Amino acid sequence: MTLFMGYRRPDGGVGVRNHLLVLAPIDCSYEPAKKIAAQVDGATAVTQYHGCGKDPVLVHNLVGTGLNPNVAAILVIGLGCEALTVDTVAEGIRPSGKPVETLIIQQEGGTLKTQEKAVRILQRWAQGVAQLKPEPFPLSQLTLAVECGGSDATSGLAANPAVGVACDKLIDEGGAVIFSEPQEMIGTQHILARRAVNKRVASDIYKLIDQDEERLKAIGVDSRWMSAGNIDGGLTTIEEKSLGAIRKGGTRPIQGVLQNNWDRFDRPDGPGLWLQDGTGLDVPSVTHMVAAGAQIVCFTSGQGSTTGHAIAPVIKITGNPLTYQQMEDNMDINAGTILGGSESLNSVGQRIYESIIDTANGKKTKAEALGYRDYIVFCRSRAAEHMLGHC
Amino acid sequence: MVKKAIQIDEKDNVATTTGEVDIGEQVEVISPDGKVILRPEISEPIPFGHKLAIKPIKKGENIVKYGEVIGVATRPVKAGAWVNTHNVGSARMPTKGKEEEIL
Repeated sequence: MTLFMGYRRPDGGVGVRNHLLVLAPIDCSYEPAKKIAAQVDGATAVTQYHGCGKDPVLVHNLVGTGLNPNVAAILVIGLGCEALTVDTVAEGIRPSGKPVETLIIQQEGGTLKTQEKAVRILQRWAQGVAQLKPEPFPLSQLTLAVECGGSDATSGLAANPAVGVACDKLIDEGGAVIFSEPQEMIGTQHILARRAVNKRVASDIYKLIDQDEERLKAIGVDSRWMSAGNIDGGLTTIEEKSLGAIRKGGTRPIQGVLQNNWDRFDRPDGPGLWLQDGTGLDVPSVTHMVAAGAQIVCFTSGQGSTTGHAIAPVIKITGNPLTYQQMEDNMDINAGTILGGSESLNSVGQRIYESIIDTANGKKTKAEALGYRDYIVFCRSRAAEHMLGHC
Repeated sequence: MVKKAIQIDEKDNVATTTGEVDIGEQVEVISPDGKVILRPEISEPIPFGHKLAIKPIKKGENIVKYGEVIGVATRPVKAGAWVNTHNVGSARMPTKGKEEEIL
């Protein structure tokens, strides 16, 4: 049985990193939050860019980020007059039993006074987490997120199927995998529904992908249309095009649809493959899957990508050998060896699986080593969703 | 170097080329675990990233890639032949409310 070394949290979750999260519920307090985080080892600041509202999707995702086991402690810093208060976010995170503190700039008397208090809190935490001892855990404590961006002809041929092999292995060892980007699944509703564990999940899959088709139709996009470029590139049907993206999640049954809307924000409640409601935009999609509990991300890109994440290591894989050569500073794994026949799909999949375990054990990804901390929460227009009859 | 075509799932009846293939050129079809499972005869040029049949496919038979049905042959396809919109059509897709049919 494969084990990994992780950090046990009071709520039973297991982190593969010990981030100190400085969370600004509103962008008004984000600049000071960034300066504060920059002063303390291991601290990272995040915010959301949807203005002064308190949309439940924002709350779910910010709270979810704080609940992710890769976060050891959370400092919430607000301006003071915002709709989404520091207490709303802090109360969502507190049941985890992790240290949570709040500061309000307008009450502290400006950013410098806030900064002094904040840095002292974070300094104490930074000293504390340095003493945490990692323990061995089974892979049933690991959740992986998979994402693709900047795809090319090699994505569906090499990188995505190879990541899929790693996902199958992880699931067979008791782990969980989250995949998302329902927009890219249009035309394959029937194929995915057939992989559902039961009829309720099958019906949820239809609803999830149909809603994205309706959104595109509302702005005049025929989403089942195949461009001449797609066909010239070797893609014959919409099913084939979508399956190239879906394959990065592997081939195991789909346990459920993780809702990510005004009413509900679900996390995987067991091992296996889970499909999350979300967006095709890379960084927001990764952010939502991490907010649902993923500790590690596998990101495939044919053309190359720089993406990292505020609190989760992102392992980047390309199926294009030329891209690997040109972007070796950013891409962790070359799956392009499949193209020349020097390595099989299954053997590259094994290499990715081993890299997931190494990363869990503390090996830094290239994006982590370069300090890339992408974080964007995406929130649909509630008015538009209402007009479409989705809420 | 001998050109390669990759079978992604062992259920697939097509493989994807990893380079442009010309008439008469040697091609090895590689299975997911790295075995050469076929050296088909190439009787038409096949572009990079396109599919070739790895067994004879009858008209009306499913085209399987990624272990799933991606379409249906609209005419008979010989092993080694190029597979694209000229000989494959989209399979009928059951839609919302037809879940019973597929489960």
